[in-house]
Amino acid sequence: MSRYLRPAARLAATARASAIRPAAPSPFLARGSAVPSIQKRSYADASGVKEYTVRDALNEALAEELESNPKVFVMGEEVAQYNGAYKVTKGLLDRFGEKRIVDTPITEMGFTGLAVGAALSGLHPVCEFMTFNFAMQAIDQIVNSAAKTLYMSGGIQPCNITFRGPNGFASGVAAQHSQDYSAWYGSVPGLKVVSPWSAEDAKGLLKAAIRDPNPVVVLENELLYGQSFPMSEAAQKDDFVVPIGKAKIERAGKDLTIVTLSRCVGQSLVAAENLKKKYGVEVEVLNLRSVKPIDVEAIVKSVKKTHRLMVVESGFPAFGVGSEILALTMEYAFDYLDAPAQRVTGADVPTPYAAKLEEMSFPNEPLIEQYAAKLLRL
Amino acid sequence: MKRTRIDRVPPALLRRAAARQSSPVQSTPLLSRPAVCSVRGHTAQQRRCASSISQRPDSKHVMFPGAVKSAFANSMTFEQPSTYPALPTYRAVDQNGVVVDPSFVPDLADEEVVKLYRDMLTVSIMDVIMFDAQRQGRLSFYMVSAGEEAVSVGTASALKKEDVVFCQYREQGVFRQRGFTLADFMNQLFANKKDPGKGRNMPVHYGSRELNIHTISSPLATQLPQASGAAYALKVQRMQDPTISPRVVAAYFGEGAASEGDFHAALNMAATRSCPVIFICRNNGYAISTPTLEQYRGDGIASRGLGYGIETIRVDGNDFWAVREVMKKAREVALQDGGKPVLIEAMTYRISHHSTSDDSFAYRAKVEVEDWKRRDNPIARLRKWMEAKGCWDESKEKEARESIRREVLKAFSEAEREKKPPIRTMFEDVYEELTPDLRQQMDELKSQLERYPEEYDLGDFEGGRDSLDK
Repeated sequence: MSRYLRPAARLAATARASAIRPAAPSPFLARGSAVPSIQKRSYADASGVKEYTVRDALNEALAEELESNPKVFVMGEEVAQYNGAYKVTKGLLDRFGEKRIVDTPITEMGFTGLAVGAALSGLHPVCEFMTFNFAMQAIDQIVNSAAKTLYMSGGIQPCNITFRGPNGFASGVAAQHSQDYSAWYGSVPGLKVVSPWSAEDAKGLLKAAIRDPNPVVVLENELLYGQSFPMSEAAQKDDFVVPIGKAKIERAGKDLTIVTLSRCVGQSLVAAENLKKKYGVEVEVLNLRSVKPIDVEAIVKSVKKTHRLMVVESGFPAFGVGSEILALTMEYAFDYLDAPAQRVTGADVPTPYAAKLEEMSFPNEPLIEQYAAKLLRL
Repeated sequence: MKRTRIDRVPPALLRRAAARQSSPVQSTPLLSRPAVCSVRGHTAQQRRCASSISQRPDSKHVMFPGAVKSAFANSMTFEQPSTYPALPTYRAVDQNGVVVDPSFVPDLADEEVVKLYRDMLTVSIMDVIMFDAQRQGRLSFYMVSAGEEAVSVGTASALKKEDVVFCQYREQGVFRQRGFTLADFMNQLFANKKDPGKGRNMPVHYGSRELNIHTISSPLATQLPQASGAAYALKVQRMQDPTISPRVVAAYFGEGAASEGDFHAALNMAATRSCPVIFICRNNGYAISTPTLEQYRGDGIASRGLGYGIETIRVDGNDFWAVREVMKKAREVALQDGGKPVLIEAMTYRISHHSTSDDSFAYRAKVEVEDWKRRDNPIARLRKWMEAKGCWDESKEKEARESIRREVLKAFSEAEREKKPPIRTMFEDVYEELTPDLRQQMDELKSQLERYPEEYDLGDFEGGRDSLDK
């Protein structure tokens, strides 16, 4: 602590620092990387690639950031004792203690406000929502406080906070539990929004979100939590981050660009493979990774190469991520398009409870394939 | 500087601000009719106005508009929650079925008690069967109310048929007591053509227009401000037409939901607008996995009612008779002085898991649950009372359990076999009327089905393809 700081600022800084330091330094915490891994992982293959579930990747990201930065803490409903409603925070309470992993009463508005307040005072909270459907109770704190305080305070009040939780439809939970908020949060200046698909995405983006000095909304997907993905050796290291605002080409192609995000990336890859088998066309699949800021450059670059664009997402069609990308393409790459761009989105209905109707309300592999084939006039 | 800012406010906004300042009671012509001037809300308003008169010299009391009866104190003391004893818990009958309130007189004939007891039994038997059915994959979700049957059946038994009910999701007993049949439960759970919700909701999101119970909504505590609003509507209706019989709203929720902002908004609105609403908190110890110690630190939920200026009582939720007596009185109070809210906190224990998505033994000991089940079960307690009274015995119990089980299984298999709602319902009720694009989609579906009749098996759906005809 510099002695040139004003006494009040010094006082505040010490108070803050002591509040987040464990009362007595635990020998377990001090061991750092020697802490036994809490996750079950498969053996590494020759190239050092391991299989990770998205859940494990998120868990590892949280653990690493909690480890490396004492300002980071996790709070939300059932995150500690119960290991998280979807077990993303499994083992964190045992490892980091109840000062860093905080269970809250069922008050979304309350604990989100508390987390925003903690961020405004210099901590780096990770605020978990059991699902983003429940975050609607707290959306005023996210939109009006977290996103805007830096701007409205004249730049003196940063809000380094991460909001995370499962987003989008799950399975058999009806309309009030099945919504995609990418477009909602993506429309708010001041927020950054990411939406991981693979285990690498999940780990890298969550770590980037926690490190980013701005409020970041991490829209995960319940149906992906248990899915396994290969994780490269580099991604297994604790310094791995995925830059926010950069899309990733998951599959290179020359005939059609599919821009997509979250669970739809996997579906689009399957569709792309089928299109190659059936028609021999090469579809480029662009994993958006970030909703805001959106990687316009990558989209335009890809469209310049393929001259055709399709967007696949699971949100409602009206005023959605797909609409935005089509509009951006019209603004920046209209002359490179050889055919009208297309959207494949969720249906414009309150999500049905009936399993079959629910299935039909969201894009699936055959539908993507069919629309791509139409667009390519195959 | 400030002036110029105000000047820039659009005139419409200023008008709205001005309208807010004047009392809404006065600005509503309907409420200012002389015949209805004596409602409690109105007199309170007048008292408030009087308080704005300036402080007299040497006054012993505060005359601030926000605290009109507060005495001045010359020494500084912070109030400690611990200096106030916990609010007592009323019980009429103890765990052994013995009456402990000397003033308690049961107001039901034997057969009426037996009917309510059977309602409690029905719910508890249905719960076990449906929980297992979910485990077998025959429905997607279920929520059990074991241990809380007395709260729901007891409170519901003190309501009138025309009263309006808002439930959270663990109040099968309320539905059952008010006349929901086993078939009604099963039709909703299996989302068949007889489900009034047309298969659009998750299981246990029951609702019934005939029984005046609003359909259960998934978001937590969302029903509470709505209940205050419904009560306000009932009050206004009766002001407009005093021949309507007085009605109250009953709103159910758990102690976890009471942490949501909606709960606080609901209580404050109901108190300030003097709404005839009875808030019934089932304090069962757990909000999914969160124990009450991590949910709140005050004296339960009851203490909050006092903070909002609401008449409040805490009751033993495992004592059917106490719950019923309290609810009867609460209904009376809620209708006094033109209407006012009441808060009941029923203390009980959630013997069941939160839902089929939860395994509660991950956060509480099995022995704790078994202990509660044995030591204090609302069904056993009422049974002991009935046996002491001489209107129930072992053989009747056995017969009742067996016949209820048979009835549940019968309704179960009938509902499971029933056809699905008509295909047409896919398009309906998103808006009041079929919008042109929905109609177009329906026509498209119809022509598709007509063109390829062999491709689609519509046998499961009521009316088949014909339901799409205009």
